Amino acid sequence: MTFAPKREDYDVVVIGAGPAGLAAAATSAEAGLSTLLLDENIGPGGQVYRAIASTPVIERNQLGADYWVGADLVQALRASNAEIIQRATVWSLDRNLEIAVSVGGASAFVKARRVIVATGALERPFPIPGWTLPGVMTAGAAQTMLKSSALVPDGRTVIAGQGPLLWLLAAQILRLGGRINRILDTTERGNYFAALPRAFAFLTSPYFAKGLAMMREVRAKVQVVPGVTELAASGDGQLASVSYVAGGKREAIPTDLLLLHQGVVPNVNLAMAAGVEHRWDDLQLCWSPVLDQNGNSSVAGIAIAGDGAGIGGAGAAVVRGRIAARAAAEALAPAAAAKLPPMAALRGDLVKAERGRIFLDTLFRPARQFRIPSGDTIVCRCEEIAAKDILDAVAIGATGPNQLKAYRRAGMGPCQGRLCGLTVTELMAQARGKTPQEIGYYRLRAPVKPITLAELAAVPKSEADVKAVVRG
Amino acid sequence: MFKRSEQDKRPPVEIFVDGTAITAQQGDTVSAALLASGRDVRRSTAVSGAPRLPYCMMGVCFDCLVTIDGVGNRQGCLVPVAEGMQIEIQKGKREIGR
Repeated sequence: MTFAPKREDYDVVVIGAGPAGLAAAATSAEAGLSTLLLDENIGPGGQVYRAIASTPVIERNQLGADYWVGADLVQALRASNAEIIQRATVWSLDRNLEIAVSVGGASAFVKARRVIVATGALERPFPIPGWTLPGVMTAGAAQTMLKSSALVPDGRTVIAGQGPLLWLLAAQILRLGGRINRILDTTERGNYFAALPRAFAFLTSPYFAKGLAMMREVRAKVQVVPGVTELAASGDGQLASVSYVAGGKREAIPTDLLLLHQGVVPNVNLAMAAGVEHRWDDLQLCWSPVLDQNGNSSVAGIAIAGDGAGIGGAGAAVVRGRIAARAAAEALAPAAAAKLPPMAALRGDLVKAERGRIFLDTLFRPARQFRIPSGDTIVCRCEEIAAKDILDAVAIGATGPNQLKAYRRAGMGPCQGRLCGLTVTELMAQARGKTPQEIGYYRLRAPVKPITLAELAAVPKSEADVKAVVRG
Repeated sequence: MFKRSEQDKRPPVEIFVDGTAITAQQGDTVSAALLASGRDVRRSTAVSGAPRLPYCMMGVCFDCLVTIDGVGNRQGCLVPVAEGMQIEIQKGKREIGR
């Protein structure tokens, strides 16, 4: 069942029901603010707590204790007065804090006094030769299927890449009786040395013991190839084999399913379309919004919480959600805000939750050759544009991702640059000898998700609206 | 490519893929049900006609585009299955009126 929002105005509208959004909406409602939580998925949880209220995986230890934390967040939200709408796709947010949302094929408009954008992260593009072949998916895709439908890889499966999620997914697949033939670890050897000075904070963080145990669990059952420096998928209309180079030696293995992962990056589309200023983050190699310590962006009234504010993980996302909501309460209902946990305590929680993050960012910084492809490798999956096409455009004068649209249609397909934007920025920056910050990004606009013309045409309009565009 | 874990006790839901009945589980997305079916469910792209399967399963990549109950270009990974749902594997662009 899908429902349109009950009101036209809310004190706080939260967009995204992952860890940050769930925590923000519950906190805002607790302060007595009229609160609406809009989420695109079938159920709450975002990606990390995907299907938390409906997963068919009954054996709790298979998904791990960290997953079930999400159930408490959902329970807290449902116990509050916040209104929550699932399968609601927000396609516009503007400087007036007006939100357009598509629910069940019809659009509704709501106005907020404060908006908390909690649109989270998506997996970093992994543009290797053959990554568009059927049979190549993201690790996150496999994890989504595992959590929401108890589906596990069955054929000859290879997982390639790096980062904490990769090991968690491998452990979960094995626990549920799935198959993994090989793990190809693309972590650069130099990263271990670079990360060493940051190791102390990590060693004292909760990630350390858990991560080590998980890697041991996986290594006991699966062959792990370290130091992979080249990676390609091949097949005729369907993945058939994965080839790689490790330690200078090339090998190819027959493969049915290749799962790729090299970290996650902020999902910036909605915030950028709202006009929120973003800067290139040289450590995390992505765009991150410019925020104050309460998550407030460059657009008055719009705050960003969770991984969309810069990757910090689920624990940090929850705290960032509470901080943003408390800040909204302080502005809109100061007396009620006093009943919430004090800001100083929340900031302490955040420091704790972010401990060890710089170590992870440094250790799992993806290698250049897996971020910046060459030749025939597809960069823009939607419009099927290869790296060499983009370099050709640069050679005849394309200056940045936005200008590139006039030469090639990169970023103009339905995904709106989500799977090519970072690659295009870095590729053009390298080709032109500039920094990613100087090169910039696509200019994003509403609708940030495609909607039909019929849905737009059915939007209620006043006589003045019609007069403005009708001739005669 | 994928198999179901035996612990999955959700009720079955019958859906149709290009006219053939397949059994999904309640709560599956269309994309998950298609991948779990073991059938050839590759769509072809609007630009070159290249075969594709879902890539991200989280609403981002649009490689799961499919025709559901006569409406084209739906993101199969965001739509839950429903009894009797008619699914067509989309070949190329969405057609006018569908």
